[in-house]
Amino acid sequence: MATVELRFSALPEHVRTARLVAAAVARRAGVDEAVLDEVRLAVGEACTRAVGLHQTGGISAPVKVLLIEEEKQFSIEVGDEAPHAVAGGDASGGGPDGEADEDEMGLAVISGLVDDVEVSAGEHGGLIKMTWPTTPPPTILV
Amino acid sequence: MDLSLSTETMGDRTIVRVGGEIDVYTAPKLREQLVELVNDGSFHLVVDMEGVDFLDSTGLGVLVGGLKRVRAHEGSLRLVCNQERILKIFRITGLTKVFPIHTSVEEAVAATD
Repeated sequence: MATVELRFSALPEHVRTARLVAAAVARRAGVDEAVLDEVRLAVGEACTRAVGLHQTGGISAPVKVLLIEEEKQFSIEVGDEAPHAVAGGDASGGGPDGEADEDEMGLAVISGLVDDVEVSAGEHGGLIKMTWPTTPPPTILV
Repeated sequence: MDLSLSTETMGDRTIVRVGGEIDVYTAPKLREQLVELVNDGSFHLVVDMEGVDFLDSTGLGVLVGGLKRVRAHEGSLRLVCNQERILKIFRITGLTKVFPIHTSVEEAVAATD
């Protein structure tokens, strides 16, 4: 089960909330302080992309963010419910050129920032999973 | 934090001072400001980003859009930024080759192509 699960209406004003929550949970999970800016930016990019896909597709379902604390790592999954063109199918990027460009720029930023990232997409939606290593809290010596 | 915008004219340059967070929610306000300036005949813009706390790809898209608009009038769009976390986003997207980035407003205003 996710440590924290967040669902929000696909509106731009909620992306900031997702960034703040993700950064707070990442800090608590032990993600290095120096990397928190990257976590904030990457989750913002993934949520922005999901909001755009839902708005373009007229999808009323919320965007889902899972913040998962595991041993030695912290993962964030951002899921959308937009039907994506499956491989071999009709490659309909959807939306005008400008939107496609911003979508690609968002993914470029994520892949530039995060070493461990998986992007999957199917007929029922897409998922971006990003993982960062965590450092265990220092042992208190008595 | 929301987005704050103010403008100032220095010779033929217009300084746009931006503060706060530029993301999918606030970027349209910056876009409107840049479009308005170009429509009013300001074609040499200096965007001062020293007060920016957060910038994402939506913000980058707006800046690229602004650059396209001023270039259509043989103008220029220069950035002022010293913050490493903001500069990093320009680097990973290759946009450091697209925008002249200066360390101070004075340097940007004095610069010529």
